[in-house]
Amino acid sequence: MDSFRDKIVPVTSILLGVVVVWYVMAVILNTPFQRDLDRRANEAPGAVEFLGKTLSQPKPTLPAPHQVATNFFENTFLRSVTSNRSLVYNAWVTLSSTLLGFAFGTALGIVIAVGIVHVATLERSLMPWIIASQTIPILAVAPMIIVVLAAIGITGLIPKALISTYLSFFPVAVGMVKGLRSPEIMHLDLMHTYNASRSQTFWKLRVPASVPFLFTSMKVAVAASLVGAIVGELPTGAVAGIGAKLLAGAYYSQTIDIWSALVAGSVVAALLVMVVGIAGRLVDRAMGGRPA
Amino acid sequence: MTRNSPAVVSASKLGLTFQTNDGPVQALSNVDLTIGKGEFVSFIGPSGCGKTTLLRVIADLEKPTAGTISVNGMTPEQARESRAYGYVFQAAALFPWRTIERNVGLPLEIIGLSKAEQAERIKRTLELVNLSGFEKKYPWQLSGGMQQRASIARALAFDADLLLMDEPFGALDEIVRDHLNEQLLELWERTNKTICFVTHSIPEAVYLSTRIVVMSPRPGRVSDIIESTLPKKRPLDIRETPEFLAIAARVRDGLRAGHSYDD
Repeated sequence: MDSFRDKIVPVTSILLGVVVVWYVMAVILNTPFQRDLDRRANEAPGAVEFLGKTLSQPKPTLPAPHQVATNFFENTFLRSVTSNRSLVYNAWVTLSSTLLGFAFGTALGIVIAVGIVHVATLERSLMPWIIASQTIPILAVAPMIIVVLAAIGITGLIPKALISTYLSFFPVAVGMVKGLRSPEIMHLDLMHTYNASRSQTFWKLRVPASVPFLFTSMKVAVAASLVGAIVGELPTGAVAGIGAKLLAGAYYSQTIDIWSALVAGSVVAALLVMVVGIAGRLVDRAMGGRPA
Repeated sequence: MTRNSPAVVSASKLGLTFQTNDGPVQALSNVDLTIGKGEFVSFIGPSGCGKTTLLRVIADLEKPTAGTISVNGMTPEQARESRAYGYVFQAAALFPWRTIERNVGLPLEIIGLSKAEQAERIKRTLELVNLSGFEKKYPWQLSGGMQQRASIARALAFDADLLLMDEPFGALDEIVRDHLNEQLLELWERTNKTICFVTHSIPEAVYLSTRIVVMSPRPGRVSDIIESTLPKKRPLDIRETPEFLAIAARVRDGLRAGHSYDD
């Protein structure tokens, strides 16, 4: 009951508001083109008929929510999942490189964090470069990675995954540096009184203390991985994937396709963040976390 | 009686100066102290008198800048490396991701005892602090007093002869504190350990100790050392006896002489 009042009601109200604004904007933005069409066809439809027409154009400036919903439903549930028009197929293509890149990125982030926490010079030498790496626009880097790797014969999943890695290692590295440094002085002193070795302090204190930080940063990283995978699909010649659908939609002014690909991307992102969140909660519970 | 046995802690002209941004701060100055085996020594004084710092020097958590100190006849560092003492902090400092038994077993894992040996010692020390039955609980499932008892069990688990306690009951309410004081005395009597106990409570110091070291601030130093004349068996109501009150009055005099009550 509490979750109904605290979560569902506020979220639903905002959603309703968004849908209303969306419809209003669709009418406003599609009106000029519809007027143009009617003038050429010498038609003078009534207000209600005109309104209906603005919301059912085949290539509207802004598709109405129900148009996107219909397109999304058809391309998700009514098509064979092996068809390259299926959103499930395209989402899977994007998801596979997202997951691979996310795994690389998380591993790389952890390795960098461990290095930085244990070697003082690494923090001074590596950290500025890591921060600088994230200031470079990914849209500029992505085509170069694809082209350079293609030139040495690496194509397909790996180049896209590497772009995901590029975006996802950063939050993990930053979060893990914080997490590995999170133990209280008292806990560190305690280990010192036991004459614990560095590796004992690392495995028995620093690593368990960093786990909540790891999952928080992994939530950010998995969303960034998806962005990386979609961006990575744009310069590959638009073969498959959510990014490819977006690009193809833009080429052929299939605005409804673009929007439903966008929805598919959002659904995938939400699911990924949710899965990481659930994994985080399960691990927390297994580590004796207090039920919230 | 205990003064003739070999010294567990022996400090001479001990001093420690911290370098801070506001210039040097003399946390300890000219501390001479000998603690014999089996003694229960309390360190009392206002904040800034160096009582915790002195305990941390014994534990090799701070390095002295003047004088000499030995623990079990060794340097504090050697004593720490040979796990000569158990340390109890102001907070229980249990690892939240470990159950009580695994918290108590932490030092045993680090020392590298066998699983069987670990289990045996965990069982024995949890019995000693009356926490049998709570092995599988996580720290948050225990009250503050029970958590502190678990941390005492952890300090006892590896059988060091010296127990260093830094205001272990400072954060607990008075009823729990009384109870734990009683239990600590009982435990001390049974195990015959040497205990160094930092506190800022006069009744606690008098009730527990065989000797009370009164300290005063700026610079942190020992201003008086009071031998307790109380018997080893001490029921809680001993605190209403004239003898107890007389010792408490001497501690207060010692604090006043060290200007601890000055504004």
